Amino acid sequence: MSKLQNFLKGIIKENPVLVLVLGTCPTLAITTSVMNALGMGVAATAVLLCSNMAVSALRNVIPDKVRIPCYIVLIAGFVTIVEMIMHAFVPDLYESLGIFLSLIVVNCIILGRAEMYASKNKVVDSALDALGMGVGFTLALFIMSSIREIFGAGTWCGLAIPFAGDYKVMILTMAPGGFFVFGCLIALVNKLTGKKGENKKNMGCAGCPSAYMCGKKDSDGACGGEGEDK
Amino acid sequence: MEMLRSLTIILLTSVLVNNYVLSRFLGICPFLGVSKKLNQACGMGMAVTFVMLMATAATWPIQYYLLDPNDLGYMRTIVFILVIAALVQLVEIILKRYIPALHASLGIYLPLITTNCAVLGVTINNINDGYNFLESMVNSLGAGLGFLLAMVLFAGVRSRLESANPPKAFEGLPITLVSAAIVALSFFGFAGIVDGLFA
Repeated sequence: MSKLQNFLKGIIKENPVLVLVLGTCPTLAITTSVMNALGMGVAATAVLLCSNMAVSALRNVIPDKVRIPCYIVLIAGFVTIVEMIMHAFVPDLYESLGIFLSLIVVNCIILGRAEMYASKNKVVDSALDALGMGVGFTLALFIMSSIREIFGAGTWCGLAIPFAGDYKVMILTMAPGGFFVFGCLIALVNKLTGKKGENKKNMGCAGCPSAYMCGKKDSDGACGGEGEDK
Repeated sequence: MEMLRSLTIILLTSVLVNNYVLSRFLGICPFLGVSKKLNQACGMGMAVTFVMLMATAATWPIQYYLLDPNDLGYMRTIVFILVIAALVQLVEIILKRYIPALHASLGIYLPLITTNCAVLGVTINNINDGYNFLESMVNSLGAGLGFLLAMVLFAGVRSRLESANPPKAFEGLPITLVSAAIVALSFFGFAGIVDGLFA
């Protein structure tokens, strides 16, 4: 795969949010305004880039059996750095992202890319993969937050929109609106790509980094929800 | 009496009003992934409640007796996630050895919980909200029960969804999310309940 393809796949073909359906918690929670979404996207991309590069550089050093705890420590370290930087330079954004900034640690996308890609590939490839995935994540957050902010609050990036401001659908900025817009957006992507049903597979164990920890990746166990009871 | 009242308010708030899944968006992955069958939803919900209580019991003293006195507040994220990960492993080993019956029913869900953001979220929230130890434990219990409630309710909704016939593009995940939106909407009805009960 060429370097360019490696970068681009994260943006459209394997978009982490809309196609792989990873990292749903921050996607639903912080897309109430465009600024929050961009801040979250940039923060997560920075962590993803650093952690992918570090995991890739250390892939021959980290023993296989304790790799997940090692990745978690690396990721938590980078998250703390990003948190401190944001606290110092963009305190408003730090406040509005709140707990979700710390929760980047358990974002499926980051651990998932470390496990699925960075642990097997060279540093440059891993960095490109991280950038692509990060941009894809940010783009998905941007689209979703634009919909929710324009129709829900009548503004965009804090700027008042003349017509939409008169017909606000307040519910879109609240919790149910998050689920609803996300569902419709995924349906739209399904419609456009014509790949119905593929999401279902990725929603289960294959797309979940925990799957590697519980060893249920192939056996389609409890976490998949698709398999029968054991 | 005053304390009992404030604890009840904390419990009801975190179960109903600020439900961790449906209004704070924590723990969405297991909510969508494991809610297909009622017994799995129950198992996951109970495992999460259990781990949340254990994690709070472990992280609260660490924050106040280890990190704060040594001015290490910035290490919170790293320390908490490691403590939770170690704790989950430990609980699994202990259950397997001493209470195999419980391990058989909860065991398969435990490894999944390490990366569950609701668990890390509730421990961090307890610190951010300045709860004392008892309040933290009650809040964690409420968060866990709220998760269980949401899982069980949603498992019921999803079993109905199986026989529904949505448009092609909505099949699978999208229709699940849209129905989650309606379930979340129903939880809005609880918004005033805490003030109303204790007015």
